[in-house]
Amino acid sequence: MKKLSARRRHPLAAVVVLLLALAATGGLYAAFAPAGKAQADETAQSLAIDEGKKLYSVGCASCHGSGGQGTTDGPSLVGVGSAAVDFQVGTGRMPAQQPGAQVPKKKVIYNQAEIDQLAAYVASLGAGPITPTKSQVDPSGADVAKGGDLFRTNCAQCHNFTGQGGALTKGKYAPNLEGVSAKHIYEAMQTGPQSMPSFPDTTMPEQEKKDIIAYIKTVNGSESESPGGLSLGGLGPVSEGLFGWIFGLGGLIAIAVWVAAHTAKAKKS
Amino acid sequence: MSSQQIPEENLPVEQGTAHGAVEGAGDPFADPGLPAHKPRIQDIDERAANRSERAVALMFTLSMLATVGFIASYVIFPVDKIVYIWPFGHVSALNFSLGLTLGLALFLIGAGAVHWARTLMSDVEVADDRHAIEATPEVKAKVLADFADGARESALGRRKLIRNTMFGALALVPLSGVVLLRDLGPLPEKKLRKTLWAKGKQLVNMNTMEPLRPEDVVVGSLTFAMPEGLEEDAHDFQSQIAKAALMIIRIEPDNIKDKREREWAHEGIVAFSKICTHVGCPISLYEQQTHHVLCPCHQSTFDLSDGARVIFGPAGHALPQLRIGVNSEGNLEALGDFEEPVGPAFWERG
Repeated sequence: MKKLSARRRHPLAAVVVLLLALAATGGLYAAFAPAGKAQADETAQSLAIDEGKKLYSVGCASCHGSGGQGTTDGPSLVGVGSAAVDFQVGTGRMPAQQPGAQVPKKKVIYNQAEIDQLAAYVASLGAGPITPTKSQVDPSGADVAKGGDLFRTNCAQCHNFTGQGGALTKGKYAPNLEGVSAKHIYEAMQTGPQSMPSFPDTTMPEQEKKDIIAYIKTVNGSESESPGGLSLGGLGPVSEGLFGWIFGLGGLIAIAVWVAAHTAKAKKS
Repeated sequence: MSSQQIPEENLPVEQGTAHGAVEGAGDPFADPGLPAHKPRIQDIDERAANRSERAVALMFTLSMLATVGFIASYVIFPVDKIVYIWPFGHVSALNFSLGLTLGLALFLIGAGAVHWARTLMSDVEVADDRHAIEATPEVKAKVLADFADGARESALGRRKLIRNTMFGALALVPLSGVVLLRDLGPLPEKKLRKTLWAKGKQLVNMNTMEPLRPEDVVVGSLTFAMPEGLEEDAHDFQSQIAKAALMIIRIEPDNIKDKREREWAHEGIVAFSKICTHVGCPISLYEQQTHHVLCPCHQSTFDLSDGARVIFGPAGHALPQLRIGVNSEGNLEALGDFEEPVGPAFWERG
């Protein structure tokens, strides 16, 4: 102790004291921080909302307004819910490239973490459909036949019998559902993006949405059966008739031309 | 055939004469006649002809084998057998083999016949001049005289009673055929004017088969409903749902432009017939942003926020609206049947 007190006027003493104090503070924080974990989720959530607000101000506010209230260029986002954001941004439809009849699917420019932050911010503006969990959209064990029945009742009028899509009015269209992830199909049914009406859980329960997803995944799978041969896009009589006229009749004409072009005479003239 | 090798006799006669000697040329447009016949290798060489014969026979034999294959695959393959065939994917073995063998059987008959005609049948050019279609004057005179004889002997011109009753009998006979058309089916009676909807019938959600409640139907959603009491396995389900099918949507009451539509709705929930008024296609391509409904058959477009008025396409009438309300249990119910026949403009809705 004597030695220590004897050196208290050493030029480095202040530095040593400072280091000790820092170590003590750090150690105490490390010891007491786990006790505050209960607040961590809420903190993370508000952090996500803050981060989402920043992303929103840069990428979305010019059309949807600084507070998501909507402008003449874009609809209000109050009450659309996180599921709508996850669908629109997760399929690359938002941010929109240009105004037009319909905003098409394109390259996704945000990563999933950023999409979740944006979704958290938009969800904080007003209650709406919540992004489904993995188990909610998992179609394994669902009733494919019932899904087909439901698909033909609710979806086939626009998306065609196997989800190949189809035309609507004035340049709008129902997109092809092949290769769309189960989560995005679920979110589209829940939120009704763009021209599509919504099919909320109150009129189409979660299990029926799973059945529909199972049906879409089955009929478009690589193992799906096509008893008639080439499905030709699954578009029905238009593409089949076109194929018949072009390749069927075209083939017959080609054979007739080939026969007539080759003379049977012994001496070629 | 290149122009360099036109045979001598086919060329105009003045060819080769000295310049200026036009007067001796005769008719420059004279018919040159057919070119000289040229034989085929099969006409000259008997062995080649035999080869052709064998080729034709081979094609006809293969066609026979293909037909046997057709019958065999019909017997062998069960209707639900699926096989993988590149590049078609997973196809029905039965469909694929039936199509392939029948196609081959027909194609080989045609190919054999063409090969036979081209190599073995006579290919000598034969000119067959046209002849007059008109009959000779003698034949014409004979026919006219016979007709006049017949007319005089039957005395049709004089005995007008016989002539007129005969015309009457001939005219009436086809009526029996027309009357038999009545047996094509029962008369529609009131069936085209009425649907299953009636006062107090609840609207049943076609997904869950539960009665719809107003709070279930949110703005922007689309739901299909059928009348309570209709069972999906009932024998007349198809003919009943074909008239009673209903689209349920919800529009903010302030956005409904048509006064009657707003009154027939329940807090903005409107129920319209799902049957297009043009030729009766099921119509439910609903665009929730514009409230337009498009018919996939002929592109008739209806504005559901304005009494389902026709805004485009061949349909002649607005979609019929069903008047709805809420019963004591809080479920949506119909307040009567449709005011007019649903579907195509049935006798202009007389």
